[in-house]
Amino acid sequence: MNQRVIKESKGDRLFNIVNAILLTLALIAVAYPLIYVFSASFSSTSAVLSGRVWLWPVEPSLDGYEAIFQNGNVVRGFLNTVMYTALGTLLNVALTIMAAYPLSRRDFRGRAGFMLLFVFTMMFNGGLIPNYLLVKELNMLDTIWAMIVPTALSVWNVIIMRTYFQTTIPYEMLEAAQLDGCNDFRFLTRIVLPLSGPILAVIALFYAVGHWNQYFNAMIYLKNPDLYPLQLILRDILVQNEVSVDMLGDVKTAAARQGLRELLKYSLIVVTSLPLLIVYPFVQKFFVKGVMIGSVKG
Amino acid sequence: MYALFALPLLYIVLFKYVPMFGNVIAFKQFTISKGFFGSPWVGFGQFERFFNSYEFWRLLRNTLSISFYMLIAGFPFPILLAVGLHYARSERFKKTVQMVTYAPYFISLVVLVGLLLQFLDPRTGVVNQILGLFGVEPINFMAEASLFQSIYVWSHIWQNVGFSCIIFLAALSGIDPSLHEAAVIDGASKARRIWHIDIPGIMPIAIIMLILNTGSVMETGFEKILLMQNSLNLRTSEVIDTYVYKVGLVSQALNFSYATAIGLFKAVIGFILLVVVNASAKKLGQESLW
Repeated sequence: MNQRVIKESKGDRLFNIVNAILLTLALIAVAYPLIYVFSASFSSTSAVLSGRVWLWPVEPSLDGYEAIFQNGNVVRGFLNTVMYTALGTLLNVALTIMAAYPLSRRDFRGRAGFMLLFVFTMMFNGGLIPNYLLVKELNMLDTIWAMIVPTALSVWNVIIMRTYFQTTIPYEMLEAAQLDGCNDFRFLTRIVLPLSGPILAVIALFYAVGHWNQYFNAMIYLKNPDLYPLQLILRDILVQNEVSVDMLGDVKTAAARQGLRELLKYSLIVVTSLPLLIVYPFVQKFFVKGVMIGSVKG
Repeated sequence: MYALFALPLLYIVLFKYVPMFGNVIAFKQFTISKGFFGSPWVGFGQFERFFNSYEFWRLLRNTLSISFYMLIAGFPFPILLAVGLHYARSERFKKTVQMVTYAPYFISLVVLVGLLLQFLDPRTGVVNQILGLFGVEPINFMAEASLFQSIYVWSHIWQNVGFSCIIFLAALSGIDPSLHEAAVIDGASKARRIWHIDIPGIMPIAIIMLILNTGSVMETGFEKILLMQNSLNLRTSEVIDTYVYKVGLVSQALNFSYATAIGLFKAVIGFILLVVVNASAKKLGQESLW
């Protein structure tokens, strides 16, 4: 049926216009702060400080970025974060598969019971202090394990992946493989996983974002500054305004120092957020599917 | 298969259930030196102390008001955005808006709060500069206790609206197109079709989302609040979670048992809320979680 047969009424045309205007407003409201930060980070200190930056970079300069890369803390934090994200995501994805695949199998005995055991933890958790004491008892305080192990598995992601396995891998396939003498492990690695590319990408991204943005666990579990992830260093600079003088190189006057301090913040925001913002459009098309599948009941 | 499952199971038991039982220390006077089993029982003593403390009502009021503010203000926007996108005429425009609106979801809380501080800065912030054009005196937003909750809630909406709308967008595209075709033939306008077809169509999902959000009412965005907090806005920004953190992990005299008791109190209230909301949703003949 072609809808064009019926001509759009006046009301509908008005609706379209209003809708387009509202969407444009939403677009601007979200995009403007991001553009502003980006432009400010590439502007000169005086332009930022005197408020001459509105949309595009004014008097382009790389001073802010230079200051960042001269700073040992930031560079070390960046490397730590990359390490935590890589190791953590690897462990996350492996454990999620190990939990989701058996739970997706009809012939896995005790499935309902295990599922309940997992899902219950989504509604009730142990709370801050008992978790802290556990990590302490396991002697993980102040080690990289504290950044990786306590968040090794997300039940939500297990459910998403389990549902994906259930809906895309037909049970008959397993039966056929078993007839051919294929064992469970082989079936998983040779057939199930190669067919699950999209969901693996989405889950890996979800976990990676979590690790990349993590600061709270680092704050309570780590004391050694050498282990600090980028977010924690960022917090000191952005939120607590602790920019040490040696970070600003050989800037002499107080005014210039103040300017560079502000500029540095914008550049830091860009450096920290850009990696994820670059990756996500590539995985975006899988999102709707992933989120939808996970939200199906049961 | 059981061998495969062993490791995740071990993780769940160790990192989810052990801390749950660790809550027992809320009923004890726990000290590290005496350990978990050696510490003496005190029954509900920790809870009584909390209920009688002068902090109690303020914490409860702040926690609830931030949560309900968020629940009510945050609820309509993802739906509105989803409907708007669904009816966008140009596919490219739709894709652009969608991609941009959910970019902020990937920004970390630290960066988000950093952005807020930069934009709202009384001297160099762009918001005050714009206000200045209209002759408004600079406002020190982060120091105004009365503004804290609004800043918190609206920045949250800014960050999450795009991502939360995905689910409604998917629900909208799942609505039977023959309903719309019939309505068009009957001469229904777009606004009417939204009101009579789309809104009822996504209601079940909306109710489920509302229930889920209510369940986490007590789980106010603790990490973000902690970042946004300063001594000037503490009056409206201190919530149960931030208080637990301070009593349990940062104060001079660490009191694990007291902090655990407060955390447990909060978890129990949240759980009761979830059960109540779910039951009432069921009674209204709507969707429910179980």
